[in-house]
Amino acid sequence: MYETIAFYTFAISTTILFLITVMSKNVLYAMTALASGMVMISGFFFLLGADFLGVVQLIVYVGAVMALYGFAMMFFDATRDIKEKHQNPALVFLLGGLMALMFVVIFSAPIIGDNVQALYPIVEGVGNAQAVGMVLFTKYLVPFEVAALMLLVAMIAGIILAGKKMDYSLTTSEAADEEINVEEKLQADIEREKGEA
Amino acid sequence: MLEIGVNHYLILSGILFSIGFMGVLRRKNLLMLFFATEVMLNAVNIAFAAIGNYYGDLSGQMFAFFVIAVAASEVAVGLGLLIVLYKKYGSLDLDVISSMKG
Amino acid sequence: METLVYIALFSPFVGSLFAGLLFGNSPRKMFTGWVASALIFVTFVSSVTLAYHVATVGAIHVQMMDWISAGDLSIPFGFVIDQISVTMMVVVSLVSTIVHIYATGYMDHDKSYNRFFAYLSAFVFAMMILIMSDNFAGLFIGWEGVGVCSWLLVGFWYHKADRPFEENPSISPSWAANEAFIMNRVADLGMLVGIFLIYWNIGSLQYDVVFDAMPHLADGILVSIAIALFIGAMGKSAQFPLHTWLTDAMEGPTPVSALIHAATMVTAGVFLVIRANPLYSLEAVHGVSMFIASLGTFVAFYAATMALIARDIKRIVALSTLSQLGYMFAAAGLGAYWIALFHLAAHAFFKALLFLGAGNVMHAMDDELDIFKMGGLKNAMRGSYIYMGIASFALAGLPIMAGFYSKDAIIETAFNEGTYIIWGMLVITAGMTAFYSFRQVFFSFHGEKRYEALGFHPHDMYKYVLIAMAPLAALAISFGWFMGYYKDFIYGLNETVQYEMSHTTHHWAWLLGSIVIALALTGIFLAWKKYAGEGENAWKRDEKFEASFIYKLLENQYYVPKFYDQFIVQPYTIASAKFWEFDKKTVDGTVDDLGKACLNIGDTSRGMQNGNLSSYLNWMGVGAMIIVIIAVISSVIG
Repeated sequence: MYETIAFYTFAISTTILFLITVMSKNVLYAMTALASGMVMISGFFFLLGADFLGVVQLIVYVGAVMALYGFAMMFFDATRDIKEKHQNPALVFLLGGLMALMFVVIFSAPIIGDNVQALYPIVEGVGNAQAVGMVLFTKYLVPFEVAALMLLVAMIAGIILAGKKMDYSLTTSEAADEEINVEEKLQADIEREKGEA
Repeated sequence: MLEIGVNHYLILSGILFSIGFMGVLRRKNLLMLFFATEVMLNAVNIAFAAIGNYYGDLSGQMFAFFVIAVAASEVAVGLGLLIVLYKKYGSLDLDVISSMKG
Repeated sequence: METLVYIALFSPFVGSLFAGLLFGNSPRKMFTGWVASALIFVTFVSSVTLAYHVATVGAIHVQMMDWISAGDLSIPFGFVIDQISVTMMVVVSLVSTIVHIYATGYMDHDKSYNRFFAYLSAFVFAMMILIMSDNFAGLFIGWEGVGVCSWLLVGFWYHKADRPFEENPSISPSWAANEAFIMNRVADLGMLVGIFLIYWNIGSLQYDVVFDAMPHLADGILVSIAIALFIGAMGKSAQFPLHTWLTDAMEGPTPVSALIHAATMVTAGVFLVIRANPLYSLEAVHGVSMFIASLGTFVAFYAATMALIARDIKRIVALSTLSQLGYMFAAAGLGAYWIALFHLAAHAFFKALLFLGAGNVMHAMDDELDIFKMGGLKNAMRGSYIYMGIASFALAGLPIMAGFYSKDAIIETAFNEGTYIIWGMLVITAGMTAFYSFRQVFFSFHGEKRYEALGFHPHDMYKYVLIAMAPLAALAISFGWFMGYYKDFIYGLNETVQYEMSHTTHHWAWLLGSIVIALALTGIFLAWKKYAGEGENAWKRDEKFEASFIYKLLENQYYVPKFYDQFIVQPYTIASAKFWEFDKKTVDGTVDDLGKACLNIGDTSRGMQNGNLSSYLNWMGVGAMIIVIIAVISSVIG
């Protein structure tokens, strides 16, 4: 009974929150709704007995990723409403609706899982985190290490991409930019002098 | 309806995925596109966890775990790129930054 | 002996490759002709050795390799050298050797000299395969091979322009080549059907297997096979109604006419009937055999009538070939296979000689073919005159000559079988043969020197060419003397080729021979009287006769070519034009529309590639949707 109530609560809240994320014109609202939605998602993981995953969701997504978005947003003008030209909004809703309908149709059919043998069954008598650790560091050790490497690469990439001096364009030659900057400064100086005069 | 089975989770996951999908189609702002992608990834994670639970198998959780890892690195690199783009164009609107004239 | 078989078979091929591959593109080189001739001579020597071997030891059967092997179908590339094939081999290689040597002289001013020898030797190779093969598939390959070579050689002077039918009944070399090829294709369909029938019912194409199994087949099947094979033979041997190509094929160079359209290829049909003698001598196909004999007789008579008034020197010889082929079919149809084969050999010698002589005359007269413009050439061209005389005597069937023995035997056979109508027609045809062949000789070599007024300066062929023709002349005279030996030789093959005259026939043989000789002499005398005179006895054109119906009928070849033109060629042309229209609109149209549709789709969908990531995403979404929908539908259905 509690499970049912919890499920519907989480389901309705995530749906609404994500709809806000997708529809909102304000980046801050969208981001906030997304973060809240992530928290609600972790609720499902707890419901499904995947405690460790729920915690990871909270820490990585809500903690790290959303913080990253938050920092990134500081580079952009977040207070301004986003103006988007929507050429054919009807088509978008139609496609989205149709896709949802399809998924509902597919998943309403009962899943037949009699013949499925669990490859890595949940070990009885140990906590979820422990069980996850046992599988993760035995069967999934190599993917785990690769993921670690990938995260490292991503970190370096992020630093390099975002950490360059903000005044310089990465895509054009720096020397040319330098010249432009000098000219601009000169222009600005001339104008200032004119103003003073 | 009251008894929550794996179908419920899957349907929910489908709906959330469709919401994300709609966002991808609809949004012109790159940052918002990233948000929509996150929504889709999360929807899939629910499905993984639910199916893993249904089969009594930890593989579902493992996949969700790796998805989170991938999403994290995607955000790291993606945001770096966004910053560069913003510096170049002063905007993140796809209509503005499209440079190919087909 | 096996090596000898391969030498006989492949040396013409080597000659062809030598002339074609090594010197096909280079300018005229005299030695290509000599090399090709020498290689053909090698074939001749091997053939004679093989003939001796067959006579003393017996037939040779060799298998070179497995050729076609698919499922139940197994056709080895094998050769059989028995009495029939060795006879043909000797005849073909001898005539080919002489024609090759002749051609070195005849073609020496032609710029495509090397090409000519490549084709000519290739023809001999194909003919050898046709003759020597031990199965119907190999025979068919050779059959088609000689057809192709014939096409290439008839159309050798492909650059000559078309002329209207009234001026030149064979229009142009390329036209004649196409006519010959297409008409043979029609007949080859019959041949193929025959081969398929054999394979269906017997499961093999080997001669020995097939002929052993034949007596056990149902009558209807045997008759169908016999008819189908004979249709093939009719095409290659130019029997009515597929005969028009042979006279038109005279557009080719004269050595070609001598070799292919007189001595060898056209006899392939007769060869097929003789080769299939165990089939044609069965009781069940007696009707077909009778039909062959009747058709042969009819063609003999029919061609001879046309030859009576023909003006084109090569056409006369071609028509006489047609007529003699009729004789051969008559003999084969009546069951006297060995007599047919003997006449085939004898005919090859004297007809090749006749053609080469005619070629000399043409050469002397700057390719003039009209005998009305010749006359009195005997002093200018003594050698050719003697050769033409010998060949015509042989053709007319005068005693001692080769034609006397072989043709007389055929006429006797007709009498022996009690088919008196055939006999009568053959006798009359023999008289006509004598008349028209000497008409041609007298026209060209006797009488007024009409050419002088037209400004020709005739000269005889090279000495060595005339000497090379001597063996043919010798055989045209003497070949008949060996008839008895030949009979003993071929009787070793099997029982069905054996044919003996009855006692009664033997008794009356002298009378029958006398009738034929008397008619032939009358024919010669008439020709002499009419055409050989000089001065006031000289021949004059008879305008009244030329305006008569009979003359017109014969001149227009009984209107058969006209008939074909009116009722087959022209409707076919119209139909083809219509089909072409249809093809252009429907088939081409479909393809064009497909192309246009692709263009239009590309043009329209170019809008998708607008460089905007958002619209790309939208399109991707549409694609994803389609995939999901397909997945749903397939899961519902499956």
